[in-house]
Amino acid sequence: MLELRRKLLKGGSALLLSPLIGSGLLTPTALLAAEWNRNAFTARSINDALKAYAGSGATESRDIVISAPEIAENGAKVEIDISSNLPNTRTLAVFADKNPMPLCASLDFSGTALPYVRVQLKLAETTRIRAVAKTADGKTYIAFREVKVTLGGCGG
Amino acid sequence: MADQIKIRAQIQGEITDIRVLMQHPMETGQRKDERGQTLAMHFIQAFTVSLNGKPLIDGQLNTSISKNPLFAFKARGIKPGDKLAVAWTDNLGDKRQDEITIA
Repeated sequence: MLELRRKLLKGGSALLLSPLIGSGLLTPTALLAAEWNRNAFTARSINDALKAYAGSGATESRDIVISAPEIAENGAKVEIDISSNLPNTRTLAVFADKNPMPLCASLDFSGTALPYVRVQLKLAETTRIRAVAKTADGKTYIAFREVKVTLGGCGG
Repeated sequence: MADQIKIRAQIQGEITDIRVLMQHPMETGQRKDERGQTLAMHFIQAFTVSLNGKPLIDGQLNTSISKNPLFAFKARGIKPGDKLAVAWTDNLGDKRQDEITIA
């Protein structure tokens, strides 16, 4: 039974659910508020992820501040703080170059929220972290930071 | 049923620190169990933090976010009595929503 469930989860779920989507019982838009950016999140290299996220031509900026441990002993939980001093920052995204899927998170800020986030990442190995900020005028900025990882947090 | 989202808010003058703990396995789809079977991907894809029904933060996540992740945010002008809500949806369609009233 368990075996069957695994198979269903792995391969069969899309097939099983597709008739439901067609019938209107399950509408993709009802599942998520904003469409999950599948192309960017599932990209396997940092260049593809940046391209899919429209962060390729970003200008390097000292106004994005990343604070992270220099050495992370446990890659399963690495706490990273990102804040932007760029006026009208609307979105912050965090990428880990060496992770199997580099884009980790993307956050949209509205109302009175400040462009700041603390996030806990799994890091596969020693990697460069990139924070990408998008401002209201459509410009994209980027900042970098290296994190050394003693014990990776992806496999097991 | 997914576990409760823990929401904490601390007003520090004009700025309020918001902390959100979402209890979730955040399974990457790369780990194997003791029998060598791959554990299926199971992770939060999207979440929203809202203040009195209006969105403050919309987040999209990948499998590379830690298990039971803690997030921290900051917002201006939150007052006692305001309602702060957090809702998430994962890749299997599970959902959870919780709300607090700022003390």
